[in-house]
Amino acid sequence: MAEPVLQLSDLAKSFGALRATDGVSLDLRPGEIHALIGPNGAGKSTLIHQICGTLRQDSGTIRFAGQDIGHLGVSERSRLGLGRTFQVSSLASEFSALRNVMLAVQAQQGSSFRFFKPVMSDASLIDTSMAMLERVGLQDRARLPAAELSHGERRKLEIAIALALNSKAFLLDEPMAGMGPEGSKSLTGFLDGLRQEAPILLVEHDMDAVFALADRISVLVYGKVIATGTVDEIRSDPAVRTAYLGDHA
Amino acid sequence: MLSRESLINILLAVLLLAVPLAANAYGEPFYVTLATRVAILALAATGLNLALGLGGLVSFGHAAFFGIGGYAAGILATHGFSGDPLFFGLSGTNQMPVIWLVAMVAAGLVGLLIGAISLRTSGVYFIMITLAFAQMVYYFAISWPAYGGEDGLSILVRNQFPGVNTMRPVNFFLICYVALMAALGLFVLIRSSRFGTALQAARQNEVRVATVGIAPYRIRLTAFALSAAMTGLAGALFADLNRFVSPSMLSWHMSGELIVLIILGGTGRLFGPLAGAALFVIFEYVLGGLTERWQFFLGLILLGTVLFARGGLLGLLAGKARHG
Repeated sequence: MAEPVLQLSDLAKSFGALRATDGVSLDLRPGEIHALIGPNGAGKSTLIHQICGTLRQDSGTIRFAGQDIGHLGVSERSRLGLGRTFQVSSLASEFSALRNVMLAVQAQQGSSFRFFKPVMSDASLIDTSMAMLERVGLQDRARLPAAELSHGERRKLEIAIALALNSKAFLLDEPMAGMGPEGSKSLTGFLDGLRQEAPILLVEHDMDAVFALADRISVLVYGKVIATGTVDEIRSDPAVRTAYLGDHA
Repeated sequence: MLSRESLINILLAVLLLAVPLAANAYGEPFYVTLATRVAILALAATGLNLALGLGGLVSFGHAAFFGIGGYAAGILATHGFSGDPLFFGLSGTNQMPVIWLVAMVAAGLVGLLIGAISLRTSGVYFIMITLAFAQMVYYFAISWPAYGGEDGLSILVRNQFPGVNTMRPVNFFLICYVALMAALGLFVLIRSSRFGTALQAARQNEVRVATVGIAPYRIRLTAFALSAAMTGLAGALFADLNRFVSPSMLSWHMSGELIVLIILGGTGRLFGPLAGAALFVIFEYVLGGLTERWQFFLGLILLGTVLFARGGLLGLLAGKARHG
């Protein structure tokens, strides 16, 4: 089997007496969408924070693209190719959609310590960024400030930014949230193709999307992974049914 | 087609040049000195605008850099005049280009040091820690008798610039004007560059910047040091304008004044500092002529600006700032 791109081993994180992450082991293999589901308060966000570096784990290791990244800062992990989107979109709101992507492209090209050349006449930045915006269907909105984009468009813009980073893995935190049925459907189609580019760790509440997309699902309850398996295995797992899915499945 | 803001900027730049030239032609050197004060304060505030306007770094300690620039000029000039060697056998000088270089390097290095520590904090803590550092420099200057201590340091003859008679007020004004325009040009370049993009993005959303793989700390530290150097240059010119340096250049009032200039003119706007400095000096002159309590009225105007015209004078005249 191919080497996992991202591998969490025995990760633990406590806040006081609360064990928010309790011995989580999880991997993300090339070409797959691995969905992480769990009820509210299960520790999904805490886990994501540890993967991208905003929180430091108490114990356990995080390996990404062949190296231990558990001690690295957020920006260093991003430079290694960990692309993420946020539960609540996080953009430079005064900048246009285009300049938001350009920021990612300039980071990708290596140096932000250039003081004299105007970015808005830098074809190497603009062309690549426009290509990314086209891929998510935002080319006509490129010149609008991010603050003026709709909720769904901001989501897409975040994905365009992650694409611009040449990510080796995508970490998508509830990309479907607030998208509406039409938006969810088109985004599902987009993510379906995206896995070819880099594997996706998908945290999502929208079960239709999860069941349609996921190659594997891990279920997180009270900080513990209680099951990992294919869609069918998870659907029929009795522990999962009682803990989480209820009557839905 | 020029935007409305560009037209206002050009108008401001032309006015700042035309008024003192006209005053000089009519034999009114006082107004030339007033305009020189505007240009120098605008330069100092443009330096702060790099950190505060673009980077969102509310430094309440930029008087330190202004004063360090001033003392650099004063100390070099004193040694240049007396002929006593400075240290390591280096001698003083009365040549402005050398003084400016020393002022910028000294202020920039201190900025690097203060920034390196202060930028580990943010928000109110950043404001307070920059204030604390500036006060340390202030008390150091007061208690250092070699260069005047509390009394300050006089520069007996204004320093010289090759080929220019700097004792003529209008000539010295032109030097300051060119320095200001150069600084504004640099500000434009930085604002639209990759560095400026990262710096402004870090103000809008720090997490976003880190997530694309740029460490905000290094960007901010660089901006802070550049900002300090620019304000330091203004300090050196200010010392030459007054032919006097005193610890008051280093006091927290000065830091506050620089912030006030920016808020009055328009935070983050290219010509905000100039508009603010012009307003400030005009108030000081007009209101100051009417009442000793002119700062009370300045306070009212500042209050009005913050409540009703967040974009400052330029925001009022030119509308909301636009980004690419």
